[in-house]
Amino acid sequence: MDNWTFGITMVVVGMGGTVLTLWILSLLMSFLKRVFPYTKEEK
Amino acid sequence: MSEAIANGLYGLVAGFLNMHWSNPIMIVVGLVLLYLGIKKDIEPVLLVPIGFGCILVNIPLAGLMDKDGFLRIIYEAGILTELFPLFIFVGIGAMTDFGPLLENPKIFLLGAAGQFGIFLTLALALALGFTKLEAVSIGIIGACDGPTAIYVTSQYAPQLLGAVSVAAYCYMSLVPIIQPPIMRALTTKEEKMINMGTVKKSVSKTTKLLFPLIVTILGGLIAPKGLPLLGTIMLGNFMKECGVVSRLTKASENEIANIVTLLLGISIGATMDGKVFLTPQTLIILVLGFVAICLDTACGVLFGKLLKVVTGGKVNPLIGAAGISAYPMSARVVQKEGQKYDKKNFLLMHAMGANTGGQVGSVMAAAVMLSVLKGMGVI
Repeated sequence: MDNWTFGITMVVVGMGGTVLTLWILSLLMSFLKRVFPYTKEEK
Repeated sequence: MSEAIANGLYGLVAGFLNMHWSNPIMIVVGLVLLYLGIKKDIEPVLLVPIGFGCILVNIPLAGLMDKDGFLRIIYEAGILTELFPLFIFVGIGAMTDFGPLLENPKIFLLGAAGQFGIFLTLALALALGFTKLEAVSIGIIGACDGPTAIYVTSQYAPQLLGAVSVAAYCYMSLVPIIQPPIMRALTTKEEKMINMGTVKKSVSKTTKLLFPLIVTILGGLIAPKGLPLLGTIMLGNFMKECGVVSRLTKASENEIANIVTLLLGISIGATMDGKVFLTPQTLIILVLGFVAICLDTACGVLFGKLLKVVTGGKVNPLIGAAGISAYPMSARVVQKEGQKYDKKNFLLMHAMGANTGGQVGSVMAAAVMLSVLKGMGVI
């Protein structure tokens, strides 16, 4: 694989993969917050 | 008799006679690192052992990095095996409170944008003629995360370890100098003055406990090659949140982290042998590392501006700059910049959220990168 293809692949898949993974995590965390809401007793 | 005396005297001056021209220069570099750590308080726990290690390895004939030399033994045991950065990660996980991030999960995306510099610098390094794996190791300086940079570089470009580690730790500590001009240039006065309100405590203990487990399982499935990084930081955090292993948590964030930091620092210093370190390549790596962190900051702020538009002006773009792994320095920089324009604007907790997002983001970016490399058959 030449450097050009490698570089473009890393930029597109790497950046895209990082954003996608963290976006999925953010959705999961929002979901968890709804399923396990904070209660005053936890204080 | 006279020959024996001459040989004996030669033994006493052999160190001076065998000095390579690069050794005195590197001893001065070691002294500068010690000065920065002691006098300027720049990451002293790392720069002091790194500086001292650098001096040690540049004294000829001592053989500290030869086979059976004590620095070589430490280096092989902890750096080549990747154990030291992983132990450090357990400590980092144990010290980090992901609460502010979980209060506002969409801030996670800022932690992703803050890693774009990694990939853009990787492409730049390739264009400058570095090999694929060297470019990966140089790009990872943009993670702004010393242990991640060491983990990746020690595996794929160990010949660059000294330069990459020094760049990663030095630029991390220079965040308060590097970031503000970029933040100012990319935001308007109105944007800097956006007040995001106070962070309300709304995260349950169960959510905090499930967070490290979910990140480990999901992140590990998406990017298995990065699981050692993800798994160790999340193990540390899980121990902290579960609350039943406080002895282990305290040991991770104190004794283990301290011992490993000492050994890690001195081993990195030991890679700074002048004959290997003093090359034009090192200078290029230092410049590329700087570019990586500038790009991280710029991409973070620009993504913050995008979030501002999407949320109808509720997000202050300045917090995007905190989407890097330099915790908590970057969050403090955001707070300071915000207060320059409005003394009543408290961005700290929001920035802390982005900053912890940056910690997860940097590890995730490295994990994704390694898995993509594996997928392409490069590693």
